[in-house]
Parts: sequence; C-alpha cells; structure tokens
Amino acid sequence: MSTLSNVPIGAAPAHSAPFHPETPRLELTASPHVHSADSTMRIMWTVVISLMPIVAASVVFFGISALLVIAAAVAGALVTERVTGPRNTLRDGSALITGLLLGLVLPAGMPLWMPFLGGVVAIGFGKVIFGGLGQNVFNPALVGRAFLQAAFPIAITTWPTSGSGLFALRGDNFALPLMSASAPDVVTAATPLGLLKFEQTGTDLWPLLIGNTGGSLGETSALLILLCGGYLAWKRYLDWRIPVSILATTGVLSGTLWMIDGARYPDPLFMLFSGGLMLGAVYMATDMVTSPVTRAGAWIFGAGIGALVVLIRAWGGLPEGVMYAILLMNAMVPFINRWTRPRVFGTPGRRSRA
Amino acid sequence: MSSNGFRHGVHPPERKELTASLPVRRMPFPKEVVLPLRQHAGKPAVPIVARGDRVERGDKVAASDGYMSVPMHASAAGIVTGIDWCPHPDGSMVEAVHIAVERHSAQLPRPRMVPEWESLVGEEVARAVQEAGVVGLGGAAFPAHVKLAPPKDTKIETLILNGAECEPYLTSDHRVMVEYPERVHFGARIMMKALGVEHAVIGVESNKPDAVEALRATIPADLDITVRSLTVKYPQGAEKMLIHAVTGREVPSGKLPVHVGAIVQNVGTIAAIAEVFETGLPLIERIVTVTGRGVVRPSNLIVPVGTRLRDVLDFCGGLNADAAEIVFGGPMMGAVQADLDTPLTKGTTGVVVLTHEETASRETLPCIKCGRCVESCPVFLMPQHLGALAQLGRYEEMQQWNLADCMLCGSCSYVCPSGIPLSQMFALSKAALRRQKPKVA
Repeated sequence: MSTLSNVPIGAAPAHSAPFHPETPRLELTASPHVHSADSTMRIMWTVVISLMPIVAASVVFFGISALLVIAAAVAGALVTERVTGPRNTLRDGSALITGLLLGLVLPAGMPLWMPFLGGVVAIGFGKVIFGGLGQNVFNPALVGRAFLQAAFPIAITTWPTSGSGLFALRGDNFALPLMSASAPDVVTAATPLGLLKFEQTGTDLWPLLIGNTGGSLGETSALLILLCGGYLAWKRYLDWRIPVSILATTGVLSGTLWMIDGARYPDPLFMLFSGGLMLGAVYMATDMVTSPVTRAGAWIFGAGIGALVVLIRAWGGLPEGVMYAILLMNAMVPFINRWTRPRVFGTPGRRSRA
Repeated sequence: MSSNGFRHGVHPPERKELTASLPVRRMPFPKEVVLPLRQHAGKPAVPIVARGDRVERGDKVAASDGYMSVPMHASAAGIVTGIDWCPHPDGSMVEAVHIAVERHSAQLPRPRMVPEWESLVGEEVARAVQEAGVVGLGGAAFPAHVKLAPPKDTKIETLILNGAECEPYLTSDHRVMVEYPERVHFGARIMMKALGVEHAVIGVESNKPDAVEALRATIPADLDITVRSLTVKYPQGAEKMLIHAVTGREVPSGKLPVHVGAIVQNVGTIAAIAEVFETGLPLIERIVTVTGRGVVRPSNLIVPVGTRLRDVLDFCGGLNADAAEIVFGGPMMGAVQADLDTPLTKGTTGVVVLTHEETASRETLPCIKCGRCVESCPVFLMPQHLGALAQLGRYEEMQQWNLADCMLCGSCSYVCPSGIPLSQMFALSKAALRRQKPKVA
C-alpha cells in the first residue's frame, strides 16, 4: 500500500503499565453514554436557593410572622409529600418549592394552622392525586392558595402593614384551629390593588418596586423577584419567554385601557408592579410541569395569562386576578402543546398533516 | 438559502483534544484476526475458505451475497483456523473467519491489478468498489457501492463529503482530512465522475480548522470542490442535518437524500475508495480512534479489520483504574461492549473508554415537562410525548407522532434532566412495531 503502509509501526513504550488480563468490571448501558450535567434535582434545589432572598425580604418587611407562615406552609407540604408519596420524593425538592411559594402568597397575620392546611391541600390535591411529580395539571401552590381563599376569605385578605419591628407578630399567628382568631391587634392596610379597586386610591411606583406596601409576603418587592428570576433564567432553569410574554401583554393591554380612560384605569406601570403579578409571572407561571413544552407555546401561555390578569383586574369582582389567570391557563397547557407541535423535519406544514 | 448549521441539537463536551493532534500510527499485527461475516448493512458475506487454508493479506475469504452485500478479505496473512462464532460489536454472536496470523510474515499482499478508474463507467466503478469490500466507515457500514449507482431516474446535483465528525471524542475522520487530504480529493474525483456530478462540498465542523485548511490547500485546480466550515453542534454529521446545512434543503420524511439531489459519503470512506484505485487493495484496515480518559495512551491507529478489542487496548497501554465503559463508535450513538474478545469491524470508528465520572448512572425521575428534549430534537419531534406513549406501550400512536423520523441520535436522552432513557425507549418501540407489522399485513 502507498501512504498508509508507510506509516511507521508504533511500538509500545517499555514503561507502560501492564494490561490486566482479567476482565475489568465494565458497565453496560444504552447510548447515549454521556449526559448533560443538569438534573431535575439540581434544577429544583436551585429554584429553592433562588427563593431564599425573597423569603429574607418578606421577613424584613413583615417580621417573624412571615417566617412562621412560610414555615407552616412548608411543613404542611413536606408532611403530605412524605406521607402520601413514595419514599424519598422529598429529596427532589419539588414539595419544598410548593410550600415556599404557597407561603409567599399568604398574608403575614394568618393563624398558622391555615397555611399548614394550605400546604396539605397543595400537595395532596394539587399534586399527589394526579400521580405525583410531573403529572399535575395545576400549579400546586396556587391550588393551595385557591383553597385557602375559598375557605378563609377574611383571613387571607387581612393584610398587615409592613415594617414595625422584626419580632412583632402581625396577627394572631398562634390561634387554634377552627377557633376564630382574636381581634387582630395590629395595624392592617389594604393592598395597593385593593385600594384602587375599592377606594379608587393609587399608590406610588417606588414603594411597589421596593416592596414596603401591604400585601402577601412575597408579592411585594418586584425588583427582588426580577433579580432572582433573572438568575434562574440565566441558568436556563426558567423559560424567560413566559414572564416576558405575561408582562408585555399586561403592559400593552393595560396601557391601551389607560390611554382610553386614564381616570378609570390605572397606568400600566402600576399594573405591572403591583399585586402578585411579578411573583406569579416569574415563579408560578414558569413551573415547568404546568407550562407548555414548546417555545411558541410559552409565548401563547404567557399572553393568555397577561390578558386574563388585565380582564379580572379591570372588570372582575376581585382586586387581584393573577392566581386565577395562571390556573385557567394551566388547564389550557395540553391544548397549547398540541397546537404548537413543531413541524417535523422533512414534512409539510402541520395543516396538511391533520 | 443555506446556513452552516441546523436548528436545535445539543452541545456535549467535545473531548477531542485527547487525540486530535496525534498522527495516525500503525498497530502491529495481532496473533489472530477474526473477520465477522456480517460487518455491513445488508446480507452477510459467504465464506469461501475452509479450515487449514493459507491466505495472504488481502485475499478474499468470503464473497458477497447479492447486491446489498460486500465480500470480506483477509486483513493479515496466516492460516484459517475455522469458521466459528465470535462476539459481534452489536452484542450478538456472529459467524466469523478466524485467521491465525503468520508470525514472521512480511504481510505483503499479492501483486494485483490496480483498476484504471479513468476508463471505467459509473457501474464498473461501483463494481470495483463492491469487490474491494468498501463500506461506509462513518459507523453505519452501508455498502459504499450502492451510493455509486443511484437509481436511473434521479438527478444528482451535489456530492457531499461528510467530515463533520460531530460525535465527541472521535478524531479518525479528522486525521484522514489532515494527513491524507489529497486522497480525499482523489476519491471525490472518482465519485464525481462515476455519478456525473460537477460540484462537491466537504462539510467540516469548525472545530477542525487544520482539516479545513489542509483540504482547501490541496483542492485540485480542475475540480469544483468547496470546503464548508460548519457550526459545531451534535448531530451535525447526521445525513439529513448535513444536507440541510450545505444545501438548505430538507430531505422529505421517509425519503432518501437522492430526492433532493444529494449523495453523502463519509470522508474516511471516500479515502478508502481512493485507495482501491491507488493500490488495488481491498478494505482490510481502517483508522480507529482509541480514546477516552479510561485508556492509558489515547491514539489514532491503523488497525487491521478483525483485530480483537483486547489487542487494541493492550497496544494502547491498557485501561486506567477508573475505566467504566467501553464503547465502539462515539459516546452519543456508539454501542457498548461487553466482551474484550469482540473484533473491531469495518464500521468501528473508534474505541472510547469512558470513566465512572462520565457514565455515573443517575436515577430516573418523572418527566417534569421542562421541554429540553423538544428544544434538542434535530428533526423537531416531541420526545417527552413520545416517551409517555412508549411507557404506555402505545406504539401505533407513536407513529402518528412521527416515530419513524427519529434517527436515534440520543440528543433528547442527553439533555433530559430526569435521566429518562428516551432514545432507548424509541429504539425499543421501533423494534416492537417491526415485530407487529407481519401480523397487521
């Protein structure tokens, strides 16, 4: 042979390690034999870590009560997951996320047994009955909150004011189950959206951004939520299309309303930074299990949530609509996935495939 | 319109630095070569030697059985010790010609006629290539002569040479392009004449600038060959992806590349075809990348076809203590090896020894619908949905979700954070459907 034959025969160097004649223990797996480093567990625990600054901020604003409420919701979620689920599912961190998120959408003054019960419902009825992790249709934390809203409409809308000392309780946190809480001995305040809806009073933008307004624990500091969510989006543990789509739709639609009748409808910046929109858009709607798998689907999903939020806030009976907007769009996800099924390589468009 | 890449795909660590700059060396002949009769896609070859026969290097030991088959040649001089079973790289057992290699032979092949390619028409070129036992060296081992004789009613516009080598670790095609660029061009010349095409494109991933440079520097003045530097992305070397990157056209689902006027041939194969017309020698050896952090001395080697895995590893210094898994081919689509007595065949592009750190099996968690598989699939399937259907055994329904278009590239399994073995499930689903078909028909 020509060139190939002219290649010198390589000799094994004398110092080389001897080859072990006995067969080494080899693994046998199907291809691919390598995997990306990201794992579901890592994703979940990173989300948990990214929530920590928001939890800390809620404690700064609402004192020790915030921590108690969040802890109660987390305890309810974890206990239910451990009791009902298969062994070891606590390790995946998803129940912890549900508990944290539920705690963050409750007011600080709630009697603790309520958040605990909410955590039980969130995991039990939001996740376990569907078949556990990955099977649920609705965001479990929001299922828990929807339950609490229906069961305890007063307690869940009693918003203590932010700021008045770290260790001052913001309500009767230790009320016994099913006993009516003692008359709250704290100053309460309406949320900015409540003020607007029922008293036609606006709130300045700056307090909304920083977070020292009335409201649930985590729905106050829009800036911090954006920061933490931005970290997750940068790690690609969160689909940025969903919050961007939600916020853009909300901004455009509420801006249109505001231009039509600026006296009746709030300005778009207020709409964007008030209430639970930030936490909902960044942390609730982006729950991978209950959001679409396609990129186009993410845009549609977000637009639907944004439109529903504006609809409920502008014309609904409630001051806030993020929770229902997300839950309604959760139900649409299987259809959105189907509608946005990508065109398979080498096939004509979806229309002709039918 | 054409870009230099395709949509979706994944970016596994390349790990080519282990062997990318190592010149190809020739490995000494082993004590025995084992030539499986089934080393190519199609019908197995039929042995024409018997126990006790003496063969020279390059002698035919098995004949092709029909058109979709190629003959087999002795890769070393010696005595045929039998037609016996041996482990096949795909995990099955296969009949093979066993040859005890002569210890002090010069291993010189018999003098032979070198085919005069310029005087041959297309079909004669194809016949010479078949007779030399040349198959696709990129891994699939598809008989090379079939691509030299496309159906009469098709018009071939572009010959595409696949130098993408998108699998991590592998550098055998890379070394061919760097060390034997003239041979690649000579092979292209033969194929272009046989096919009657004017234009050829060599597609190379841009992580091999030295290969691009070597190829560009040696393009013959009278040949219309373009060297294209392509996006580094897995699976850039998949036939459909490469055609899309080079021509901008999509091969229709269920159709062959000729339907968009393209023929794709691996650069290693084209060099092997060139060799047939340079020396007259059949395909009896190939360049193999022996690599991975589990092997003591990673190398690019010329290995006689039929050399046992044990001998190859032995020559490369053996295994490191943390060696975990031995794969023929790349780590994305390669086949795992259970037996060190398995011979390397014509389709063995590389021997990759992975370490425990890389293969660390992780438990499978439920699908969290993160959508990463959807974003990775190069043919735009919805692997998460197909996976759910596969777990339920709803294979017919999977066909409606285009299971047939899945090429088992493994991208979805690679990215899945829950460690769901999607591509393995799809391979099994395809097999289940094949078993069902006769009953339906």
